[in-house]
Amino acid sequence: MAEIVIKGVAKQFGAFTALHSVDLTIHDQEFMVLLGASGCGKTTLLRIIAGLETPSQGEVWIGGRRVDHLPPRARGIAMVFQNYAVFPHLTVFENIAFGLRMAKLPQAEVTRRVTRTAELMHIEQLLKRYSGELSGGQRQRVAVARALAMEPDVILMDEPLSNLDALLRLEMRAELKGVLAASKTTTIYVTHDQVEAMSLADRISVMNGGFIVQADKPTQVYRNPAARFVGSFIGNPPMNFLPAKRGENGRWHVAGKDFDGPDVAAAEFAIRPEDMHPAKAGLEAEVRVVEPLGPHTLVTAQVAGQPFRAVLESDRAISPGEVITLAPIPDRIRWFDPETQEAIA
Amino acid sequence: MARALPYLLLLPASLFLLVFFFYPFGLVVVESMTRGGEWTTENFTRMTGHWKFSTAFWNTIWLTAIVVPVQLIMALTMASLVQKLKTGRSGLLYIFAIPLGISDLAAGLVWLAIFEQSGFLNSILHAFGIIDRPQLFLGYQSLWVIFLAVVLAEIWRATAIMMVIIVAGMGLIPKEYNEAAEVFGASRWQRFTKVTLPLLRPSLQTALILRILMAFEVFAVVVALGGTTLPVLMGETFQWQFQLQDRGVAAAYAMVILGLSVAFSLVVLRLLHVPKGARI
Ligand SMILES: Nc1ncnc2c1ncn2[C@@H]1O[C@H](COP(=O)(O)OP(=O)(O)O)[C@@H](O)[C@H]1O
Ligand SMILES: [Mg+2]
Repeated sequence: MAEIVIKGVAKQFGAFTALHSVDLTIHDQEFMVLLGASGCGKTTLLRIIAGLETPSQGEVWIGGRRVDHLPPRARGIAMVFQNYAVFPHLTVFENIAFGLRMAKLPQAEVTRRVTRTAELMHIEQLLKRYSGELSGGQRQRVAVARALAMEPDVILMDEPLSNLDALLRLEMRAELKGVLAASKTTTIYVTHDQVEAMSLADRISVMNGGFIVQADKPTQVYRNPAARFVGSFIGNPPMNFLPAKRGENGRWHVAGKDFDGPDVAAAEFAIRPEDMHPAKAGLEAEVRVVEPLGPHTLVTAQVAGQPFRAVLESDRAISPGEVITLAPIPDRIRWFDPETQEAIA
Repeated sequence: MARALPYLLLLPASLFLLVFFFYPFGLVVVESMTRGGEWTTENFTRMTGHWKFSTAFWNTIWLTAIVVPVQLIMALTMASLVQKLKTGRSGLLYIFAIPLGISDLAAGLVWLAIFEQSGFLNSILHAFGIIDRPQLFLGYQSLWVIFLAVVLAEIWRATAIMMVIIVAGMGLIPKEYNEAAEVFGASRWQRFTKVTLPLLRPSLQTALILRILMAFEVFAVVVALGGTTLPVLMGETFQWQFQLQDRGVAAAYAMVILGLSVAFSLVVLRLLHVPKGARI
């Protein structure tokens, strides 16, 4: 049982605040992804959980035990580093065995665990090699095997796939998901890649500027962004936003068209590019660029002078300069408060 | 042409080395094995037959055996501490490096000024009333004091060179290795012995070889502090060459120093060997 609870954790580096009071609970055996742009504080938060960094304020609890004053080795965690940190002076075997040797496990148990995790990560034929004789992908596997061999309550991963090439990344992603689900550990996985986050996570914590903006299931984060930032960060292409004005009749004027909306004074209209289809009535979009993507066509247009993107079925030919009308799917329309940038329920 | 260019550019330096180093070096080798134009081992038998040879040999070995390990431990400790500093690191390095700028003879004289009969040590002990008249510390009756003074002077003089090399070496070790070791359960000491030291092997090789070679050539410090009371190999080389005017035996001494240097360098290289593929 290893639930992780983060209570009011903040971190200052001198005058710079890398983390503002962060509250987050990661359930036992959950796969939590910390997602955000570079520099938003993901690594800092992960290192605080690991004990490699001390929080300026707040508490970290792992498995019902407060750990923020404990050294990393007393926290029941294992970690996969972004640059792998596979020890160059040790063989693959000794790398995987490192933590087990530190824990003074008997040799038979060390051998058993190293063999088992090496097989799991398909590196059993590399056990006698040094890291200088491995490819990036193989080093990555060693780093994961070293963490798994500890049979830890919690595995922390900092952008573990970011140094691999695209094809290998795809392969490792699927493999990691399977291996970690089988290991029943609680996992915190840091990435700036939203596709990776979507495909791996039980829940995603979207971070921005040292805050956690939203922590929810991938589909929720995608469908119901809690804040404008989440909508604009997740999705490729991201959500479209248009200014809206409340009319006399209580309906909302958006780019010359009326929509039903929330009962508030001010709101911003938002729709995902794929949540529209060409129709007789709708938003008038002046097409600028057309990019066929195979199954779909990405159309970049202007609506009421604002940049606007739509992902449409590729059966209909569209050319630049053309004006098309796009009808948003009503229950996919989202509204945000222009003041607080938060979603309006 | 492009491939030959680096060699061409290195040619002058190589020629210089050949003419002004290897040629005289060859002469010394020949000199150690000839007498009056005849090939002979007499230089070596004369050398080993002299009563001072074995004393000089063992003094040199003992000095090295004591000074180098002490310096290694001190340099590693100091380097680890310097490594942890966030500010003032380079300032501290400069301070530690000051003795490097002083010649070995000057270093010997500094310590002579401390230990001699009218030196600082006597003044201080006298001022505190521990002794009532100045003592002769560096007399021939108390060889071990001279030995100790030489050890101190050598440590003071040449620890910094090891430290500078080790600090540079530590700077090359990515800090993720240490963090990984920490996460996987290594204590501070284990991180030092299981991660830092093994990854430091290339720098340790350089530092140790450099320092051992210097130690076998110890001379000026010994002369300044003990004259000829504490014979060492280099001192004897000097004696035979200039005092006794016997170039053959002096050359034989030089061969002994060379032999020791080569042998110990090989031992260091062997002990601290880093397998291919196991480098950072
Ligand atoms: N040791 C440090 N000293 C000063 N600033 C730091 C330090 N570590 C991180 N930062 C700053 O904190 C912010 C968050 O860093 P980080 O957590 O590494 O971001 P991420 O992993 O999301 O890219 C960055 O602006 C970074 O420059
Ligand atoms: Mg990071």
